[in-house]
Amino acid sequence: MTTPLLEVENLHVAYGKIEAVKGISFTVQAGQVVTLIGTNGAGKTTTLRTLSGLLTPTAGTIRFDGRPLTGVPAHDIVARGLAHSPEGRHIFPRLTIAENLQLGAFLRKDTAGITQDIRRAYDLFPILGERAGQKAGTLSGGEQQMLAMGRALMSRPKLLMLDEPSMGLSPIMMQKIMDTIAELKAAGTTILLVEQNAQAALTLADQGHVMEIGKIVLSGTGADLLHDESVRKAYLGED
Amino acid sequence: MHELPQQLANGLILGAMYGLIAIGYTMVYGIVQLINFAHGEIFMVGGFGALTAHLILPAGTGLLLALPLMILGGILAAVAVGVAAERFAYRPLRNAPRLAPLITAIGLSIALQQAIWKWYPDAKKARVFPQFKGDSIEILGATVQRGEIFLLVAAPLCMLALGLFVARTRTGRGMQATAQDPDTARLMGINTDRIIVIAFAIGAAFAAIAAVAHGLKYGQVDFRMGFITGLKAFTAAVLGGIGNIYGAMLGGVVLGVAEALATGYIEEIPGMTQFGGGSWKDVWAFVLLILVLLLRPQGLLGERVADRA
Repeated sequence: MTTPLLEVENLHVAYGKIEAVKGISFTVQAGQVVTLIGTNGAGKTTTLRTLSGLLTPTAGTIRFDGRPLTGVPAHDIVARGLAHSPEGRHIFPRLTIAENLQLGAFLRKDTAGITQDIRRAYDLFPILGERAGQKAGTLSGGEQQMLAMGRALMSRPKLLMLDEPSMGLSPIMMQKIMDTIAELKAAGTTILLVEQNAQAALTLADQGHVMEIGKIVLSGTGADLLHDESVRKAYLGED
Repeated sequence: MHELPQQLANGLILGAMYGLIAIGYTMVYGIVQLINFAHGEIFMVGGFGALTAHLILPAGTGLLLALPLMILGGILAAVAVGVAAERFAYRPLRNAPRLAPLITAIGLSIALQQAIWKWYPDAKKARVFPQFKGDSIEILGATVQRGEIFLLVAAPLCMLALGLFVARTRTGRGMQATAQDPDTARLMGINTDRIIVIAFAIGAAFAAIAAVAHGLKYGQVDFRMGFITGLKAFTAAVLGGIGNIYGAMLGGVVLGVAEALATGYIEEIPGMTQFGGGSWKDVWAFVLLILVLLLRPQGLLGERVADRA
C-alpha cells in the first residue's frame, strides 16, 4: 500500500476541559471516499475543524501529503491542498455566487484556470450559473450547499472534506447532493465525508468509521458497515 | 451667521471630518466586533505626528509644500499606534468576553492621552498648528476658510479610494469575507490576522488625515482633542449603520449638518436660561445617538444582523 494522503494518529481535541475527540486514528488513501458517521456530539465536526486548522489538537499527529499538518495555520492548510466545506454551509451571504466561488480560489493566481474552474462549477451545478450575479444569502438551503461544495472545489484540493452536506435538505435535494458526490468520486476526487445520513454515506464510501463520544468504535469498508448488525440498529433505524 | 448656506457648509465640513474618523470605528467593528474607543486618541496622535513633521521641516517652508509631509507624518504616527494597539492590546483578547477588549480600549484611550500630555514637548497646553494664510473663499453664498478646502477635497478622495479597494482588490474581497464569516474566510486561505491589521491601519490613516484637517481648521492640536470628536465620530458610525463604510461617511455628514443647524437655529428660548446656542454644540450629537438607538438601532444603511445562514 502507498503512503496515505491523510494520516491521523491518536488525535485528541478539547474545548477547554471538555474533550470532544479522544484519541482517534484513521487514514485516507488518494482516490478514496472515507466517511465518518455517528450521532450528534460524536466529534465528527470537531475532527474536520481540527484537520483544517480551525481548532488546535491537544495531542496526536496529522500528516497530509507526507508532511505534518499540526501547528500549521488554517490559511496555509488550504494552500497545501485540503479544502473544507463546513457544516451549515457558511457561504458568504452578502457576496454574489460568482464572488463566493472566486473566494474559493483566493490563493490561486492563474486567472484563466480560475475562470475555467468557475465554469466547471456551473456545469456541475447549473443553477449556480443561472444565478451567478445573485447574492448568495438569497439561495435556498440546497443551492447554498451546492455553492459551498463548488467553492471548496475552487482551490483544486487534493482532499475535499464535506461536513454534513445533506443536513436540512429535502429528500430530492439530498439525492442530488449525494449524486454529485458520487460524480466527484468517479472523477477521482479524494473525499472525507461526515454525514448523519449513514445509509447514503456508507453506500458511497470505500471506508467508513463509526464515531461515538469522541472515539472510533467501529471501522470497515462501506459495504461491511452497511451490513453490520449494530450499525443497522443504531444508525439505519432498524430494529 | 444664521444663513442656511453657511450653516450647511459648516455642517458639511464638520461632517466630512466625523465621517473620515468614523470609517475607523466601523471597519474595525465590522471585522472584529470591537468598538475601538481608543480610536479618538489615534486621531489625536495623528495630529501630533503631523505637527512633528512640520516642526522637523526647515522654518519658512510653505504650508502647501509641507502639507504632504505633514499628512505622511500624521499617518505614520497614527498607523504605528493603531497597529501596535491591535497587536499588543486587542489580539491577545480576541477570544475573551467582549467586555475585556472594550475596557482595554478605554484604558488605552486614557493612556495615550496621558502619554502625549507627559512626553510630547509643551503638550500640556494646546500646541499651535500651522494654518493657511489668506482670505476665506465664497462658495455658493457660504464662507469657507482655506484650510477647510483640504477636507472637502480629501474626504471624497479617501472614500473613493476605500470603496475601490474593498470592491476591486483581492485584499478587499478578503476583507469582506472576513467581516461576514471569519472562520470560513480562513478556510478560503485568507490570513484573517493580516486583514484585521489592514483594517486598523486604514482606519488610523483616515483618522490622521482628519486630524490634519482638524489642525488646519482650528489652528491647534491638544491631547484631549480626540475625546469628544472621537465620540461624535463613533455616533456617526452608529448613525450610518456600524460596519458599513458608506454608512460611516453618510452618518458623519448627517451628524455634522444636524449639529450645525441645531447650534445655529436653536437659540435661547425665552424663559429657559442657557438653552441652545454654541454652548449646547456637543449635546445634539448625543441626542441624535439616543434617537437612533431608540428608533433605528441598525442605523441608516445598516442591515439587520440575521442573514448568517
